[in-house]
Amino acid sequence: MGDWEHFAHGADIGIRGRGATLDEAFAQAGTALTAVVTDPAWVRPAEAVRIECRVADPELLFCEWLNSIVFNMATRRMLFSRFDVRLSGDRLEAEAWGEPVDVPRHAPAVEVKGATLTELAVRQEPDGRWLAQCVLDV
Amino acid sequence: MDLQGLRRESDYRWVIEPEGRMRVPAVLYADEALIRDMDEKVRQQICNVAALPGIVGAAYAMPDAHWGYGFPIGGVAAFDAEQGGVVSAGGVGFDISCGVRTLLTGCTREDIVAVQEQLAHELSRAIPAGVGSTGRLHLSHDEMDAMLTGGARWAVVRGYGTEADLEHIEERGCIAHAKPAAISQRARQRQRDEMGTLGSGNHYLEVQWVAEVFEPSAAAAFGLERGHAVVSIHCGSRGLGHQVGTDYLRDMALEAPSFGIHLPDRELACAPLRSDLGQRYLGAMRAAVNCALANRQILTHLCRESFRRIVPRADLRLLYDVSHNICKEEEHEIAGRLCRLHVHRKGATRAFGPDHPDVPDSLRAFGQPVLIGGSMGTASYVLAGAATGESLSLSSACHGAGRSMSRHQATRQWHGRQLVDELAARGILIRSPSLRGVAEEAPGAYKDVERVVDVAERAGLARKVARLEPLICVKG
Repeated sequence: MGDWEHFAHGADIGIRGRGATLDEAFAQAGTALTAVVTDPAWVRPAEAVRIECRVADPELLFCEWLNSIVFNMATRRMLFSRFDVRLSGDRLEAEAWGEPVDVPRHAPAVEVKGATLTELAVRQEPDGRWLAQCVLDV
Repeated sequence: MDLQGLRRESDYRWVIEPEGRMRVPAVLYADEALIRDMDEKVRQQICNVAALPGIVGAAYAMPDAHWGYGFPIGGVAAFDAEQGGVVSAGGVGFDISCGVRTLLTGCTREDIVAVQEQLAHELSRAIPAGVGSTGRLHLSHDEMDAMLTGGARWAVVRGYGTEADLEHIEERGCIAHAKPAAISQRARQRQRDEMGTLGSGNHYLEVQWVAEVFEPSAAAAFGLERGHAVVSIHCGSRGLGHQVGTDYLRDMALEAPSFGIHLPDRELACAPLRSDLGQRYLGAMRAAVNCALANRQILTHLCRESFRRIVPRADLRLLYDVSHNICKEEEHEIAGRLCRLHVHRKGATRAFGPDHPDVPDSLRAFGQPVLIGGSMGTASYVLAGAATGESLSLSSACHGAGRSMSRHQATRQWHGRQLVDELAARGILIRSPSLRGVAEEAPGAYKDVERVVDVAERAGLARKVARLEPLICVKG
């Protein structure tokens, strides 16, 4: 069971990922993003798309990561259900695993327009675990 | 929202006086019930907007205001470049130039009801909608530049519509000073297959009928006759606009410290109007506006083709097309002085009153049509700009009902199939590739649009002209 959740926002939707490492929290947030569109369990991790981003600010790097997933979903017409993330300083390298959108099977609810800076946070919690969150525009 | 700190100026106008870093007051148009229903975040966001450099007059919240990002949705704010004013990507939104266009059909409700199933099927086949859908057009780099510069005019030249359509579109279908060079490669890539697509979420193409007329003279000038059918299209600039919003929100957040602007929250990221970044954003945003206008024009063409096949006697003429996510340069009188301002309207509709030169000749005496989208299964409204709106809200009004419930809550409360069946029993046909999407857009998840437009009218922002009820709704 993944450690991600959605949180309420008036018109849009908030996503939150947690993990023992920041890499994991970012990966879980990726699953939370997919869950806005469809049930991640319905998406086969059939092929990998490589994603790289670089931003010095960790919060903006998180937005850039989510926006790269959105970009790949939109231009490749794919959905992703597994994310392998490696963070190193201001750099992120990842593989997003998924498959082309199959409308009858995935029943995608809504497309994600982008990650906003609202409720944006990347931090270590008092229990030592990492959290990454923001509101998506849908 | 708690009423504490709000000064009630009238039953429909509430003021928060400047405090802390606020440079101007915040003014909210709502009745007490709507104010109490608004999230506390609306207060926080509208007060934050009132603190941005170069804001003039006031920061306004429309009756349908709700928690957005940066600006509240239903927020209006104008900035003066001469006073260090800013432009904000969050103040426009990701779906740049999202808007509504309404077409007259020349048919009656009965004409549509007679072929309702066939027309619903044909429209759902012809209009690409939902996640993963693609349009028929695939633009080369040069052709995309032409589209980004030409807007609906570009589409008409390519055979998608008529010259007459252009007269009834904001900016006559093409906003000036667009800069395709300020559009990223990613934005272009996202648009490559998305011309002439509807999108998803609250976007729709609806066949509606005029159920009630409130101001017969204006309705007659607008071509709205009780019992007649119309078509309304609600959508925006698709992937290109979303990516422009994404790109510039990031750039504004990164560059904010270099401008020395204090931001209470980075979600307010903005750039001075007189900065390279501010100018680049304006050029990119205008290109995205043209993309939205071209997109709605192509969808209109597809809709006309469908009508031609199923209801050959229909003649789809454009009533009006107006955006509700935009920043525009306009002249307004502030404290007795005529100023050239950059007016942000995010989830708010421009509502020029009677005799404004930017309203098409045939409609000018009655004011600009203000198109208010409802949610699936509820009414939509055609309003007209009121003369009083200029001093009240920089000629701005509401844009729709506004959500009252999150998507998640909605899916727990409603099932898509059940909603589709219930609406069909009421004579409304829903066509969508996603039943979950239908549940998320349940009519009950939105505020009461009737209350919102009543308040807009009583507050003096716009006048009610006609109420439209849905017959067919194609959703993404």
